[in-house]
Amino acid sequence: MNKEYVKGSVPEAGLPLGRQTPHRRKKTQRLLEKGTTLAALKQAFVMLRPDKQWNNPVMFTVEVGAFLTLLYIVEAVMGKGSSQIPLSYFIWLDAWLFITVVFANFATALAEARGKAQADSLRRARFDTVAYRFNAAGTTEQVSSTALKPGDLVAVEAGQMVPNDGEIIEGIASIDESAITGESAPVIREAGGDRSGVTGGTLVLSDKIIVRITSGTGDSFLDRMIALVEGAIRQRTPNEIALTLVLSAFTLIFLIVVVPLWPMAWNAEQYMMGYLGIQEPVKSLGTDVPTLIALLVCLIPTTIGALLAAIGIAGMDRALQANIIAKSGKAVELAGDIDVVLLDKTGTITIGNRNATKFIPVGKYSEAEVGRLAAMASDADQTPEGKSIVKLFEKQSGKTVSVPSDTKFAPFTAQTRMSGVDLPDGQQIRKGAPDAVIKFIMGRNGSVPEGIKGEITKLVDSVASKGATPLLVTDGSNIAGLIALEDILKPNMTERFERLRKMGLRTVMITGDNPLTAAAIASKAGVDDFLAEATPETKLAYLRKEQAEGKLVAMMGDGTNDAPALAQADVGLAMNAGTQAAKEAANMVDLDSDPTKLIEVVEIGKQLLMTRGSLTTFSIANDVAKFFAIIPALFAGTLPWLRVMDIMHLHSPVSAILSAVIFNAIIIPLLIPVALKGVSYLALGAEALLRRNLLIWGLGGVIVPFIGIKLIDMTIVALHMVS
Amino acid sequence: MFMQTWLLPFALLATATIIAFPLSRYLAWVMDGKYRPLPVFGWFEKRLNSGPQNWKQYVYSLLIFNTLLFVFGYLVLALQPWMPLNPDHKTLLAPSTIFNSVVSFMTNTDLQHYSGDQHLSNFSQIFFGIANLFISAAIGLSALVAIIRALRSDSSVGNFFLDMWRVLVYMFVPIAFVFALFFIVQGSPMTLKTSYSVSTLEPAAMGTTDKGEVKQQNIVVGPVAAFEAMKMLGTNGGGFYGMNSAHPFENPTAASNFFNTYAMMMFPFALVLMYGRMLGRMRHSIVIFSVMLIMMAGTIVWSICFDTLKPNPGLTAHPVARTYEVPSATAPGGKRAVILPAVPGLPVDQHLGNLEGKEMRFGTSAGATFAALTTDVTCGAVNAESDSLNPLAALAPMVGMWLNCLFGGKGVGMINMLLYIIIGIFVAGMMVGRTPEYLGKKIGAREVKLAVIALLIHPFMILFPSGLFAATSWGLKAISNPGAHGLSQIVYQFSSASANNGSAFDGLGVTYGFWNNANPAPTAVAWDIAAGLVMMFSRFIPIIAPIAMAAYLGEKKSSPFGLGTLRDDTPTFSILLLGTILIIGALLFLPVAALGPVAEHFGPIPFGG
Repeated sequence: MNKEYVKGSVPEAGLPLGRQTPHRRKKTQRLLEKGTTLAALKQAFVMLRPDKQWNNPVMFTVEVGAFLTLLYIVEAVMGKGSSQIPLSYFIWLDAWLFITVVFANFATALAEARGKAQADSLRRARFDTVAYRFNAAGTTEQVSSTALKPGDLVAVEAGQMVPNDGEIIEGIASIDESAITGESAPVIREAGGDRSGVTGGTLVLSDKIIVRITSGTGDSFLDRMIALVEGAIRQRTPNEIALTLVLSAFTLIFLIVVVPLWPMAWNAEQYMMGYLGIQEPVKSLGTDVPTLIALLVCLIPTTIGALLAAIGIAGMDRALQANIIAKSGKAVELAGDIDVVLLDKTGTITIGNRNATKFIPVGKYSEAEVGRLAAMASDADQTPEGKSIVKLFEKQSGKTVSVPSDTKFAPFTAQTRMSGVDLPDGQQIRKGAPDAVIKFIMGRNGSVPEGIKGEITKLVDSVASKGATPLLVTDGSNIAGLIALEDILKPNMTERFERLRKMGLRTVMITGDNPLTAAAIASKAGVDDFLAEATPETKLAYLRKEQAEGKLVAMMGDGTNDAPALAQADVGLAMNAGTQAAKEAANMVDLDSDPTKLIEVVEIGKQLLMTRGSLTTFSIANDVAKFFAIIPALFAGTLPWLRVMDIMHLHSPVSAILSAVIFNAIIIPLLIPVALKGVSYLALGAEALLRRNLLIWGLGGVIVPFIGIKLIDMTIVALHMVS
Repeated sequence: MFMQTWLLPFALLATATIIAFPLSRYLAWVMDGKYRPLPVFGWFEKRLNSGPQNWKQYVYSLLIFNTLLFVFGYLVLALQPWMPLNPDHKTLLAPSTIFNSVVSFMTNTDLQHYSGDQHLSNFSQIFFGIANLFISAAIGLSALVAIIRALRSDSSVGNFFLDMWRVLVYMFVPIAFVFALFFIVQGSPMTLKTSYSVSTLEPAAMGTTDKGEVKQQNIVVGPVAAFEAMKMLGTNGGGFYGMNSAHPFENPTAASNFFNTYAMMMFPFALVLMYGRMLGRMRHSIVIFSVMLIMMAGTIVWSICFDTLKPNPGLTAHPVARTYEVPSATAPGGKRAVILPAVPGLPVDQHLGNLEGKEMRFGTSAGATFAALTTDVTCGAVNAESDSLNPLAALAPMVGMWLNCLFGGKGVGMINMLLYIIIGIFVAGMMVGRTPEYLGKKIGAREVKLAVIALLIHPFMILFPSGLFAATSWGLKAISNPGAHGLSQIVYQFSSASANNGSAFDGLGVTYGFWNNANPAPTAVAWDIAAGLVMMFSRFIPIIAPIAMAAYLGEKKSSPFGLGTLRDDTPTFSILLLGTILIIGALLFLPVAALGPVAEHFGPIPFGG
């Protein structure tokens, strides 16, 4: 793998050191691109090798039939054949049998080529670049990115490429990730928190960051994911294995149907000889081996047999196009079965940050007083919530906040769950979660009068029940009032949840908020359930509880805290911007770091299974028409009155059989687009969906070949392919 | 005319459907062990119950039990000449026939290559015949119950011996007793006597001896009523008499015919609902029930339309000559004309439809109705000559055997349906965008493998032997007509064996008779052995594989029903199921249907040379 990057570095050699233009990843591909199509066509012939063809039992059967027919033709050409049927019939027949196999291989090869092209375009983002590594002396030195080891610190400035995967330990920057995501809008990455991850090959657009490298060359997260994807392309998922089994069984069943036809047809020939009272043998196509092979090929599920591998690969490919890297095809398949989706409130259901919307005074304080205290407490607070408090105060009062120069800032910690300032005169102003603040006051031997306590409780509940988060503001040992921080719902989320519900999924909102706030937001957003005051442990417990009930659970996460739950979830989707631990634990990674992606993942999974089911149904339903084309043709020589079954009124027995075989072959390339794009998924509920698909693929599968075979029959007669 | 034709089938379907609801409740109650046995029975049950079994132990018990049943049956028939209750000194049957018959009765098939009244003593009729009628029927039912328990993830699939006991003592014996009483009242004999010699009303009806003495008629009797009741209730179908339910002692009156016919529908109908009750999925079982009912009604309507409502084409013939051109290498121009010369019809009044081979005392549509029903529920009894059905009408009983789940035999019919459900859900169920699941359990490779093995065996066991016999003297020397009708006879025989049905198309020379028979049917031994093997494989593989499949499914975690789950209790599901059965089940047999009945129907008259 290493070597590829070295090779890839050659064309970039002329660029100024450290300044490179990112290669924007192309996500969508046309169905037939010249490069992939040609490669696939070549591969289709390579796959004819019996040991490779064996991977696909249905098509292997067809190939064996085609070779047997070829032997039969050779024998006929050598003059040993005793058939009364023109040789051209056998040649056409055999040609189409081979074409059937090639079409099938082409479908698989095309899907593989497309999958590989996706993986390659991701890989193209990775090439040798220059890194500025900190040495022991604390200064930077120029090294090649390939020389970087995990743990190295590098500086990356605007206009430079991130040399390898890592975490920002200092600074904030806007980064162009289009090389891996294909999205041109830059993203912000900053030190600390859950958005500190940077990916090698992305371009820093502004500012300067210091990155701690987390992976060695060629071993970057993306590299390993791509390798997994390429491996998964060749791996069969459990459902695919089971379906292959069913298809092999169908092949066997139809072998059981076709083989005994020979003696039965022979029986009819004997009878006809007796009936006509003649000595010379009466022959029908029913005892003609190539024709029986043709019948077998028409009956066995070649359509789905040809497209099965392509459908699976295309599923992975669709996930890649949605910028999701799945570690296995199994994960994509499993996504279709998800019953419960756990969604983080922040970033998924609500716009990341809460905004202060109101200051509520308590006791003797006025609203303006509370606002001023709150703004002072937030002056040094760089979180969006803190900034919004300052902004609200400035908007309400028209003044700016000022604190004395030697004020000490008390930052937020997980222990105190408060932040604030210590003024030089010893006054401590704090804002924070109500229970934490009250504890803080008690801890300083203060007390909260009963009347105030009651008032606070009422106010806290009323703020929370509106879906906002209440913060208490203290003025020394006194409680001054409340700040209401409100969540802002993302647009269109209610519709998306409605859609999920129709798909049969239950949505659960995960939030650290108190139950009252959570309930209010949950009902506003339209989720089915919520888990309030969630900690990594309660999240994991909730997940396990759902799984114990037999449900499959999907969740998305980014933080290291999420890793256990991501690993436990049936489908765990990590954000690329998230921590390394989260990405390792998940079985999918979203390059866009878009929390709503989970919904798309589920749809891709469902689409994959639907496509498989629809094409299998179609393939098997096709047999009805083929029977009606071939059976009368088989016995035209011995039981001519069976012509009543020839409801398509085909030209001749020979044209009937050729038409069926040709239809059987060309339906494969005609359905390649469906296999690659997938049957469109509609959130209708299983019942309506089944009805719809049964109608389209079941009934359609019965009717279409009647029309198709008739048309082909007319065409080949017009072209004089048969007499 | 309309009422005469349709009242009987309608009344039968309605009666069976209505009684199935309360009966299924009783069956579920018994099989779930909710009853309080009589102290004596309770004491015995405690000793019989060898403890809860897993699926392997259950299957093991089932196989051991069947082996013993085989040995016992073989001994009874092989020792017939030395056993009591044999005043007529019936001698030894051909060994191959004994093998065939023992397998046949053990597997609930009851294909008879012998004729009960001619070849068996009363001892054999009772200890081989009646015993097997009860026991073999109970085996299939027990297997179904084991499957249900496995599917609902019970800790054990039950105890085979206790299940057999419950089925026999709380279901079969009391109900068979009532039916037997009714048949006695209608005129069926129930005696240990073997025959009566009577003077015929017309003195020379039986001919005269060389000395000029008027011959007496010998009328065979025996424990017919008991035999008959369980023959029908157990969907066994093997008759006391060779003529089966067409014999006036087996089926004396139109009333006995109604209950004869109803008796075979009684358990298969109720078992489908029992399946739903025991699983707690009543609506699901009603959907299955309706699919079966629709298909069964279809075969009856088909059979009546082409038999009762159509004249016998052998008598109407075709008054206009028909000419066909067929390709031919040797004839000039590459074509040869096949001319079907005009065959004038016979001046027979046929407004009652095809009456050949019918028992008129039952009514005009009774034969056609019975023919369809007997294979739908894999009973195999007959009250009319199937060989004489109009060619297309003969398709109805064949389809019943090919699909083998239009209610089907006791227990096994529902088991077969389960296989179609699994395959149908697996293929089409994916179209809702989820991994296919049944009863909330995901269907994986292992389950699917077992389902297809069980499903594969049936067409294999019909088509391969049929092909073999159609092209060799084994078959060609046995058929009574060459060509399409002869092929129908061969295919029918193996269909009947593989479906564990046991009805015979007749016209096939398969009877060897007594071991010392100087003129046996020329290929009887081949038929005995081939049909015997087919019955055995087609019985046990489709019982064992589904039990294993159900056990593996039951081990899986059950996921709850949601909006996104495939519903198995809706009309849409019934269409899915119907489509699966018709496309997978029926298509396999379209070629033989075309070569047999269809070719005969459209071909020249007379078809056979």
